[in-house]
Amino acid sequence: MKKLKNAILFTALVMLTACSNSGNPFGGNSNDTFFGNDMGDISNPTSPAYFQQAIGDRVFFAIDQSNLSPEAMDLLSSQANWLMTNGDYEIIVEGHADEQGTRDYNVALGARRANSVKEYLNSLGIAASRIQTVSYGKERPIEICSNESCYSVNRRAVTVLNNLGS
Amino acid sequence: MFRLIFAAFIILNGGALSAAPLRIEITQGVIEPMPFAVPVFIAETPNAVEVARNLTNVVRNDLTGTGLFREIPTSAHVSKITSFSSPVQFSDWQVINADALITGSVSVNNSGKVTVMFRVYDVFSQQELGSGLKFSGNANSWRRIAHKVADEVYSRITGETGYFDSRIVFVSETGGKAQRRKRLALMDYDGANVKYLTDSNSIVMAPRFSPKGDKVLYTSYASGFPQVQILNVGNVRSRPLINQAGTMTFAPRFSPNGNSVLYSLENGGNVDIYRMQLSNGTVKRLTRSPAIETAPSFSPDGKQIVFESDRSGSQQLYIMSANGGEARRISFGSGRYGTPVWSPRGDMIAFTKQSKGRFHIGVMRLDGSEERLLTASFLDEGPTWSPNGRVIVFSRSTQGRNGTSSLYSVDISGRNLKPLITPEGASDPSWSPLAR
Repeated sequence: MKKLKNAILFTALVMLTACSNSGNPFGGNSNDTFFGNDMGDISNPTSPAYFQQAIGDRVFFAIDQSNLSPEAMDLLSSQANWLMTNGDYEIIVEGHADEQGTRDYNVALGARRANSVKEYLNSLGIAASRIQTVSYGKERPIEICSNESCYSVNRRAVTVLNNLGS
Repeated sequence: MFRLIFAAFIILNGGALSAAPLRIEITQGVIEPMPFAVPVFIAETPNAVEVARNLTNVVRNDLTGTGLFREIPTSAHVSKITSFSSPVQFSDWQVINADALITGSVSVNNSGKVTVMFRVYDVFSQQELGSGLKFSGNANSWRRIAHKVADEVYSRITGETGYFDSRIVFVSETGGKAQRRKRLALMDYDGANVKYLTDSNSIVMAPRFSPKGDKVLYTSYASGFPQVQILNVGNVRSRPLINQAGTMTFAPRFSPNGNSVLYSLENGGNVDIYRMQLSNGTVKRLTRSPAIETAPSFSPDGKQIVFESDRSGSQQLYIMSANGGEARRISFGSGRYGTPVWSPRGDMIAFTKQSKGRFHIGVMRLDGSEERLLTASFLDEGPTWSPNGRVIVFSRSTQGRNGTSSLYSVDISGRNLKPLITPEGASDPSWSPLAR
């Protein structure tokens, strides 16, 4: 399995893992990918801009589901790879739901999605101590129309970087 | 807030108080609204004229707002009440077909204290319904006095407790869907006296009143994570209820005696229901399944809990002991069910139902029978019961880019659906108990 192979490949790099639990609260604005001063230049592969735009900071889910699609797993593998070589970052995974559903249920569903990402990244060698999860339920959609074209991008988990050195 | 003290005295009256025939039976099959007349209460002092007019209007609005009563406008009255103490000319009210007549007087003394006296008459049997009552309170309390008058009238005619002297805590909303700003707000049940309880710097959701109305539980993202808070309504201060790092908590609700709190806690992607004893912070975990268990609500006797779970594969409603353990499923219709709330009478569960792309507010018996959908729209959710269990308020969201959320009320018969006017968008209502 690709998942296992990646996990083994990355094991050697785990020593870079940052363990300190910064007191820095992970803001509340789910549309930001980086809680630092500067996204950097996308041409620089160690920059948050590169992580967000070249790799991709989010994966999407089917209705009511929290399991990862093959595309999502590929993208998360790339995220894990980046996090291995950029050990100054902790991450917070934000889980989101579309507006179909009751408020409480969607908070729970978003938590499941964020946790799916956390567990997968962890299986690829990213220490659980570097990963926090939060669910925004249906509170922070990206697209605001009321049909599947918007819902499909709102059902997401976004990996947000937090630079411990900044 | 709830510290206003009212004095209520029975005004002695020489007449015999026989059981009166004037009565609305609030049952499912109702109703042609009962016609009533409320002439503007007599101002006994010159400074009471405006208060008397405003107070009378609140009484009229309370009663007509129920859908059970229809006001006969002043323009149709053929005679005037000029003195609160004079005998009523029943024929003048019979001729305009008023079943009930309410008369009252208002006086304001030098220190601003408002005193209201009123009587309710059964026009066709030509007798007083109950005896006259007197309420008094400070200058700012005239609205509450009006609600108390209306509650008393409602109670005498229906035989049930009223719900007008009560309040609703809710989430007030501004801004577009993608960056909506939310803050807690409190208002009288009829939308008057809106007061904001939090700022809108972080997301808040689902406030819930304590049984005495003095505290509010809600969920806040102030820490960056959803976390249950407890707010003191008197001094408007909040503190986190649960401090457990690495978890999310939400969907809180008080027990009927106010001594404990149910809530959902997320850990490792799984959400279960917990109960905290407020006196000592002791926590008991009530569910242990890998499914989503949330939205718990106590029965009025505090012995059972209704909640939602997707353990069957979709959201459904379950009832279990307040100590956890085996749960029995009560929802079996097509679609999914969430946000169950036990009625104050104990005999029904209100819920949100999703079916075929529509949302409904509905009620069912405790065994799931007699399911009745009261509303249908793009998105209705989050019912809350009136203190007497006759009316439900909920939030309705409209679809599309400019979609907004607002509050509506509906009788449990499904009648009298109407918006509750709020200054901004509104969601997640929770109705207080009747004030004392």
